[in-house]
Formats: sequence, C-alpha cells, structure tokens
Amino acid sequence: MTTLAPTEAYADAFEAVRRTAAAPDGIVDLRRRAFERFTALGMPTTRLEAWRFTNVAPIANTAFTLAVPAEREAAKADTAPHALGLGAGLTFINGRYVAPASDVSALPAGVEVLSLADVLASDGNETRAAVEAHLATGAGIENEAFTALNTALLHDGAVVRVPANTVVEQPIQLLFVTSPPPGGEPVMTHPRVLLVVGENAQVRVVESYGGGDSPYLTNTVTEVVAGPSAVVDHYKLVRESPSGYHIGAMHVRLDRAANFSSHAVTLGGAIVRNDAQALLDGEGVECTLNGLYLANGRRLVDNHTTIHHAQPHCSSHELYKGILDGEAHAVFNGKIIVAIDAQKTDAKQTNKALLLSEDAQINTKPELEIFADDVKCTHGATVGQLDEDALFYLRARGLGLEQARSVLIHAFAGDLLNHIAIEPIRDQLDVLLLAQLPGSGGGSFHVAG
Amino acid sequence: MATSTDNIEQLANQDYKYGFVTDIDAEAVPPGLNEEIIRIISAKKGEPEWLLEWRLKAFRVWQTMTEPQWHNVHFPPVDFQDIIYYSAPKQKPKLESLDDLDPEIKATFDKLGVPIEEQKMMAGVAVDAVFDSVSVATTFKDKLADLGIVFCSFSEAVRDHPDLVRKYLGSVVPASDNFYAALNSAVFSDGSFAYIPKGVKCPMELSTYFRINAAQTGQFERTLLVADEGATVSYLEGCTAPMRDENQLHAAVVELVALDDATIKYSTVQNWYPGDKDGKGGIYNFVTKRGKASTNAKITWTQVETGSAITWKYPSCILQGDNAVGEFYSVAVTNNHQQADTGTKMLHLGKNTRSTIVSKGISAGKGQNTYRGLVRIGKNAKGARNFSQCDSLLIGDKCGAHTFPYLEVRNTSSQVEHEASTSKIGEDQIFYCRQRGLSTEDAVNMIVNGFCKEVFRELPMEFAVEAQKLLGVSLEGSVG
Amino acid sequence: MLEVTNLHASVAGRGILRGIDLSVQAGEVHAIMGPNGSGKSTLAAVLAGREEYEVTAGAVTYDGQDLLEMEPEERAREGIFLAFQYPVEIPGVNNAYLLKAALNEVRKHRGEPELDAMDFMALVKDRMQVLHIDQDLLKRPVNEGFSGGEKKRNEIFQMAVLEPRLAIMDETDSGLDIDALRTVSAGVNAMRSPERAILVVTHYQRLLNYIVPDVVHVLSNGRIVKSGGKDLALELEEKGYGWIEGVAEQVGA
Repeated sequence: MTTLAPTEAYADAFEAVRRTAAAPDGIVDLRRRAFERFTALGMPTTRLEAWRFTNVAPIANTAFTLAVPAEREAAKADTAPHALGLGAGLTFINGRYVAPASDVSALPAGVEVLSLADVLASDGNETRAAVEAHLATGAGIENEAFTALNTALLHDGAVVRVPANTVVEQPIQLLFVTSPPPGGEPVMTHPRVLLVVGENAQVRVVESYGGGDSPYLTNTVTEVVAGPSAVVDHYKLVRESPSGYHIGAMHVRLDRAANFSSHAVTLGGAIVRNDAQALLDGEGVECTLNGLYLANGRRLVDNHTTIHHAQPHCSSHELYKGILDGEAHAVFNGKIIVAIDAQKTDAKQTNKALLLSEDAQINTKPELEIFADDVKCTHGATVGQLDEDALFYLRARGLGLEQARSVLIHAFAGDLLNHIAIEPIRDQLDVLLLAQLPGSGGGSFHVAG
Repeated sequence: MATSTDNIEQLANQDYKYGFVTDIDAEAVPPGLNEEIIRIISAKKGEPEWLLEWRLKAFRVWQTMTEPQWHNVHFPPVDFQDIIYYSAPKQKPKLESLDDLDPEIKATFDKLGVPIEEQKMMAGVAVDAVFDSVSVATTFKDKLADLGIVFCSFSEAVRDHPDLVRKYLGSVVPASDNFYAALNSAVFSDGSFAYIPKGVKCPMELSTYFRINAAQTGQFERTLLVADEGATVSYLEGCTAPMRDENQLHAAVVELVALDDATIKYSTVQNWYPGDKDGKGGIYNFVTKRGKASTNAKITWTQVETGSAITWKYPSCILQGDNAVGEFYSVAVTNNHQQADTGTKMLHLGKNTRSTIVSKGISAGKGQNTYRGLVRIGKNAKGARNFSQCDSLLIGDKCGAHTFPYLEVRNTSSQVEHEASTSKIGEDQIFYCRQRGLSTEDAVNMIVNGFCKEVFRELPMEFAVEAQKLLGVSLEGSVG
Repeated sequence: MLEVTNLHASVAGRGILRGIDLSVQAGEVHAIMGPNGSGKSTLAAVLAGREEYEVTAGAVTYDGQDLLEMEPEERAREGIFLAFQYPVEIPGVNNAYLLKAALNEVRKHRGEPELDAMDFMALVKDRMQVLHIDQDLLKRPVNEGFSGGEKKRNEIFQMAVLEPRLAIMDETDSGLDIDALRTVSAGVNAMRSPERAILVVTHYQRLLNYIVPDVVHVLSNGRIVKSGGKDLALELEEKGYGWIEGVAEQVGA
C-alpha cells in the first residue's frame, strides 16, 4: 500500500514530464490543457454509457508512478517474447525509446520512423512541424479521460511518416514493453503513436504491447492520418501480463479512396480496453476493423469501435470474435454512424463470442445511427457455446474431448487469423492460440516465450 | 433517351389478373353478427351440438375483446356488423363427382390454374378448393383414403371424423387466442382438414385454393392439419379474390399438429386482391397460423405474400417436444398502398429445439413492410438454438421497412443469432446489369429473385415458379 | 475503333465534359489521367451509356456506329465493357449466374449458340487462375461482402470472360494494395491483343508501371489538355496536377 493518492501520483507525473521532457511551446500548452481536462473529468465510472460494463476501479484506485528506465537484463527478458523479427521497427521499454533495440535502416528513402521524444526535442524542422500539426487532431482530449491523461503526460512514442506515392512493403513493428521494478510498485506508461501516410502511399504497422509480471498500466493513444488512396494495414497485439492493465485508443482519419484495415488481437492483460474510431472522410474509402480476443480467469476485455461514414460510396467491414473462459467478461460496442450525405454506404458489422464456461459473460451492443437513406447496413451478433454435435462427431472419430474442443475453438478463430497478411504474426498467433486453449496445458493466455 | 425507370414503367402496370367476378348465385345470410347468425351458420352446415356450443363460447369471448392496436398498419375501423359472415355458391348439396361441379365455378378455377381436374393427375397435387366460404371440390380423395389419409373440407370432417376434429380443434389456437381468432372460431364456415396416420408419408402435395367471390363477404376459413406420429405431409395454400372497391375481411385460422417424429411443411402463396393504385379496396388479411411440434417433429412455414391491402399474420411454432424444429421462410411484398405486418413466433419449450427464421421484405411504391418476430427460449429449453435473418429491400423512396425482432432468452445454454439488413434496389444495380448486356426487365427480375432466393428454395417446385412470376407482376412499374 | 469528337456532357445541368476529342484504335492502350473532378469518370460513364449524363454536343462513333444512340445493353453486347469504379452489389444473385447470363446475351447478339453450365465453367476456369479468383467467389452473390480488392479483381475477371473489344477501366487501381494491383494488372495485360482496345482511367501513375500505355492523355476541366507517351505520366506525377492546370489555362486561352 502506497501512501500516495492516485490523483497525487498523476499530478507528480505531470510535473515530472513538464520539467524533464523537452517540447515546443504548443505541445507544452497542449499537455497543460489536457491535464486540466483530465482533472475535471476524473476516471470514468460505470455511470458513463461508454464504460457501463467496464469497471476501471482497480485502475482508478491505484497510484501508478511513471515507469523509469528498466534494468537491462530484466528488460531483455520481458521484451524477447514479443519481438516478431520483421526486420524494421522501434522498441520502447518503460515508455522510452531504446535505440540499440531498434532498426529501421531497411526502409525506403524518405520514410521516417522516429522516436517522438527525439522529434519533440529537435530543432524546429519540417518533421517536428508536421508532428505538431497532426498531434491531438484526431484524439480529442475533451471527453475521454484516458486520452486526456495520455496527452497530459505525452513525452515519447513513435512517429511514422510515409511520403506520397511510396510503397513500404516491409512491415514495421512498434514494440512497447513495460518492465516493472523489482519491488513491484505500480508503474505506468503513456505511449503515443502518430502515423501519417501520404497520398497513394502504402504501409503496414504492427503495435505490440507486453510487460513483466507485476502491476502496471499501459495507456496508449494512436493517431492515424491517411491521405487519398493510401493503403494502411494496422495491427495491434495486446499481450500484457496477467497483472497489466491496458487502455488503448486509436483514432483514424481517412481521406478519399484510402484503404485502412485494423486487426486488434487481445491475448493478455487483467483489464483491456481497446477503443477504435475511424472517420471516413472522403469518397470511396474502405475501412476494415477486425478484432480477436481471448480471455479467461477474471479478466475483462472491452472493445469499443466507432465507424463514422461522412462521405458517399464508402464501405466498412467489422468482424470481432471473442473466446471467453472461466469468469472472464467481455464487452463489445460497435457504433456505426452514417451521415446524411454518406449515400451508398455499405457497412457490415459482425460480433461473435464463444463462451466456454457457464460463468463467462459478454455484453454486446451494436449501435447504428443512420441518417442517409440509400445505404446498406448489416449487423449481426452471436453468442454461443461449442457445438455439442460437432464435439461429439470429432470424439466419435477418436479425438479426445480437449483436443476436439481445441480444434473447434481454433476453427472459430480461423477466419480472423486468415485475414492477417503478415506471416510471422499469423504463425505466432497460431502457436499462441493453440498453447493457450483450455486443456492444452497453457492455462493462462499470457505465455512468456 | 428513355431512362430505365420509364422502361420499367412501360413493362406495364399490369393489373391484378385474378380480379374477375364469377357470376353465380350465392346463398348468404344477412350482414351482421349475433348469436342468431352463428346458429344459422351452424344449422346450415348441420353441425353437432358441441360445435355450436364451441362457436357460441368463442363469440362470447370475442365480444369482450378489442382489436389489437400494437401492429404497424393503419386502416379505418372495420364495421363488423356490416359483413356477411356466410356465403355459399348455390348448387347441389353434395357432389358425386367433379363433373357435377357448377360449370361457372369450374371455369373460375380453370382461370386460376387450379388443377382440380382429375386429368391434372400428372401434377400430383390433391386439391381442396374453397369458394367464398365453402369447400367445393376435393380431388384424389379416394387415392388418399387407401393410405388412411383424410383430406376433405372441414364440414365433411366434422360430419365424418368428428372425434378427430373435436380432439384437435382449438388445441393449438384456442378460441380466446386473439380478437380475429375468436371471431373466426365463432363464424368459420369451412376450410380444409387433413389427417395423416401414423408413419404414413403423404405421397402427393395437398393443396387448398381459397377464393373470395361474393361482395361484402368476409371469409373465415379454418384449416386443421394433423400429422400423427412419424407422418409426413406437404401442404400448399393459394388465395385470390376479385377486384372490388370496398375492403373485404379475411380472418382465417390454421392449426397444425405435428405429433412425435412428424413433419409438416406448409406453404402459402397469398395473392388476395391488394387494392388499386390509390389504395382503394383490397382484402384485409388477418390470419392466425400456428403449429405445435412434439418430440423430434418439424414444422416449416413458407409464405409468399404478395396480395392483400393489409396483411397481419405470424405463422408460429410451439416447439414443445425435445429436438423439435420450427422454420419460417417468408417473402412479403408491399407495393402501392399495401401494408404488411408479418413475421413469426418461435416458442422454444423442449430441449435442443431449433428454429430458423428467414424473412425477406420488399417494399415498393408507398408500401409499408414490417417484420415482427418473437423468439422465446424457455427456462427448460436447454441447448435451444435460433437463427434469424431479416432482410428488407426498398424500391423507391416513398416506401418503408421496419424490423422488430424480439428475443427473450431465459436459458444460458442456448444460442441465438440474429442478422438484419436493409438495402435499396436502384438505378445503380440495374445499370450494372445492363452494362453487362442484360435488358432492364431481366435485370429487375434477377435482382428481386436473387433477394428472395433463400425462401423460394423452400417452396415446392411448381409454387416456386408461380411465386417468381407473381413477384414480377406485383413489382412491375415500381423501380425508380 | 472509337472516335470521340468535341464531346460535351453534363450532369444535373452542370457541364462536365467540355469538348473531348479522342481517337482509339484496336490494339492500343490509352491512359486517361487527371485530377479529381476533371471529368475522367464522366467520360467512362458516357461511353457506357449511363443515363444521368446528358450529352449536350459532339459525337461518338464505335466501329462506325453512332454509339450515343445505343442503349447500355446494346453497347455491352457490341463489346464495350466498363470496369466500374464502385462495383455494385447484387444480393442473392450469384456471380456465376450473372456472368453466364451476360455472356449468353453477348453470344446471342453475335449469333453464337448459348453456353450451357458445363461449357461455361470450363471457359471461366482458366480466367479464374490468372486473377486468383476462388471457386468460392464465383458462387457468392455479385460483389456482396467482397473487399474492395476482391470487387476490382472480380471486374477484371468478368472482363476476361466477356472478352470485350473496348475495355474501359474506371479507377480500377484506387484503394488497391500493391499485391492486388499486380494481380489486376497481370489480368489486364493478358488481355492485350491487336483486336482489343483498352482505356485506363486513373488518378495515379503507379498502375501504368504495370499496364504500360501507348498513349497518355491528361484531362483537366473537361478537356484533354495534353497527350503523349508513357513518360508523360511520370512527368505528371513528378510535377503534380497543378502543373497541368497551368497548361490547361494556356490551352483554354
């Protein structure tokens, strides 16, 4: 039990960032305003509709201090399981960029993959100006307490900029690992990712999150700005430890004929909240939001998505699948807004959950707000158990009960995995999924190594 | 250059082709409803005392009831005292053979394409034809009788198989079920009855054609179908009516009883007169249809609803026994001023009961189409499953589609899936097909039939063809 | 094969095409480039016979026939194929069914016998391989639930089956990732032949790396302001469309 109250801990953290993290005046002011908003909003409670089923009291009642640079060997051990070996990427340990563990030399000329802290501390160059121009334009600090807190404590993270007409075929991994101090006092990080993709450019970015086995909070905010006809594939792998809390918000703005896809995979964390908001702000945009989550024990996984169709001829596809065991609790809330001008919109949302135990629970809610009249909007939700007939069939063919179960669970997740175009990720997920299925000896969905 | 809208309009705003009136004498009771009228109806039909009592009891219940108001259709109040509750074509009291059928009536059914002649044997359909309120002809009776199958008019069944009727009448839809069911129970004049004995698979489709002919008349037929243990039957129902300026009331009740391991497939192509383009005239179709499925039994409702000014019907399944299966496949079309509020109820009571709902609503003109469905999984219905899919197609921008799915799940081991979509057929789709070389007419037919495919697939072949044609006719002149 | 003379067209009373002159011979691939709103898609739509577009002046002949007098389906049967920018979904109508109906309309028109299901499947099979089309996609309803990339591949697949004489691709590259772009281009290149002309409408030069055009036209403000070889596309990308607007002003003056 720490003597520090949670609010005092945040105030201390804000003070520390203000003193030590160099930034241009505009950002300094942004942080100040964000901290004021956070103070005014306070931590969300279940009285707010957006947090109705997601009780963050365990986070709100903990005094997290800013994580300090980690001890080298521990950091190595905590990082290793998450490295995908994609050949290009940045590594952040305890919220700070670690240059020796990063390498982006193989990327095409003109592509920038940088530490946000470095950019902010640099002289007033073109890159810094671009970052200042885009930062916090998508992720508003007005209503979301966690986004306000992230912005107030903004100091490091990743900046990825792809110039117009440039194709980056090699995926870029952004790895965020928390390596908590040996004493076990709760620490927090507030990574920020800014992805700016120019007209007709193409890029694939993988954000990975993990950490050591002691309480910590990852509160991350990602902003994506995609120019006309840009193609952006985004992956988010949440593999926090059983004692890690993860709150993540992603804000995406898509220009004319852009093609964006997101794959959010949640395998770990005590409480995980993924917010994804996409604004389809030009004609002919295609937006895909996919998600896969596994939860067991008493874990809580909440996915909130908002797809805002603002222009005609856009399509959005959403497929979220969850596998819940033990007393796990999941929340899915999918909002689709179709503005009055967004004729010919085609929006499809599907949410499926597989409950492996009587005590697992899901709250699922589609929210469709349609103001245009010539649109096609489909939503579907399924909550179910494993098919007893199929189980019996497999057993009649000689498979053990547990094996039969794992075959069916794997099949359930299969179509989502097939959508993952980066092979090392798909392979790793295949392994993790198999290892973590109930009865396969995994027990926990967090597997180190 | 002509737009494709013009083209489609030119495809002829074809009139309701079944809208002729047959000129035959009808024997009718005066308009209005009271106990005396019910006694007259019962007496005319030579009914036993228990049935009269049953009717009177229903009438007394009906008097305490009010018309339902929860539905999403709008019409001026019906004056129930202004309706003729019994009309029968005057003819010989009993037919010895089809040759004795009034030639006018026979000509009517020929016009309708109803295969009531023996020569249509090749079609393999046994037909019971109900003209106004009275069954006029039943074919293949003898052949069916060899297998122990009873297929006859309701009146005959009351006379020849009173025990069966008494045992099952009202067992699925009690007289007090709802306003229109109570009215029907009080005044029903005829209808069809079928009984398939244990283990018998009915070798041909059974079919009833309903026709309202006389003016100012309500039609209140009653259908009762009993499939005994292990029996299988497929039953078809078709309906037409003349074009008349006033609205006519059709309040039927259909009861299906599927005992253990029995299968009943009930298909309807409903093409009552829908009223004219300005919404004048047309049939009010307020129908209660329900089936009860015992252990391992299966009931399938398939309906193609293109007619009637107002349709209000919810063919339902009570899945009482373990492993019982209920299915509902529906296409409902509303054009001009038609309104439809239709759907189903699937009541899961037994373990491992399953139900499937596929509803396709097509709205054109100023048509309003509502899907209303209830899936209730009871406390004891462990392992129950439901899949529902409700799609709406809008043609033009003055029509509406509404979807009200109600789910009540009182059991955690059950699985319920629901999908819904609303889309619009437009110039875009038609142009796309034309750019690939198809004519406008072919494009519209292809699009609409594509939308309904999952339902048509469930219809017996002959009906499916008719349904496709009907759909084309119902929607002509509506794309824009 | 295609002669466009002083073509003017408007939609809802607003003039979009303002005097297009274009001559395309069999065997040629022409690229039409231009900024958004320059009239690229309008030109494609007018050639296919889209009815919202009103031709206010000018003429179009196709093999010597007056194209503007023909209904859209006649044009299709005469061998004009438009790969749509936004391919339309048709629920319940499976892809193979539409394609077979379309193919048989074209064959009937040519006086050829209609194909039955067996012959049809044999025909489509090898076309499917070039475009990485799954058998499964053939059975799915037309474009329904397809991703953007699948829709575009499906358009080119239909084109490969229908074997048009004049193929018009309306921004087929938009929203495609690099792999899909390669696939689509391979499909188009496989169709290049001395009897066939292809009109590629695009905003970006990248597609033209894969489908190398004989002629590049730059459209601005409803007119072709510059024509040249494939290098024109590269020059355009480098200098941006602002450059061409300068050229347009000179032409307009």
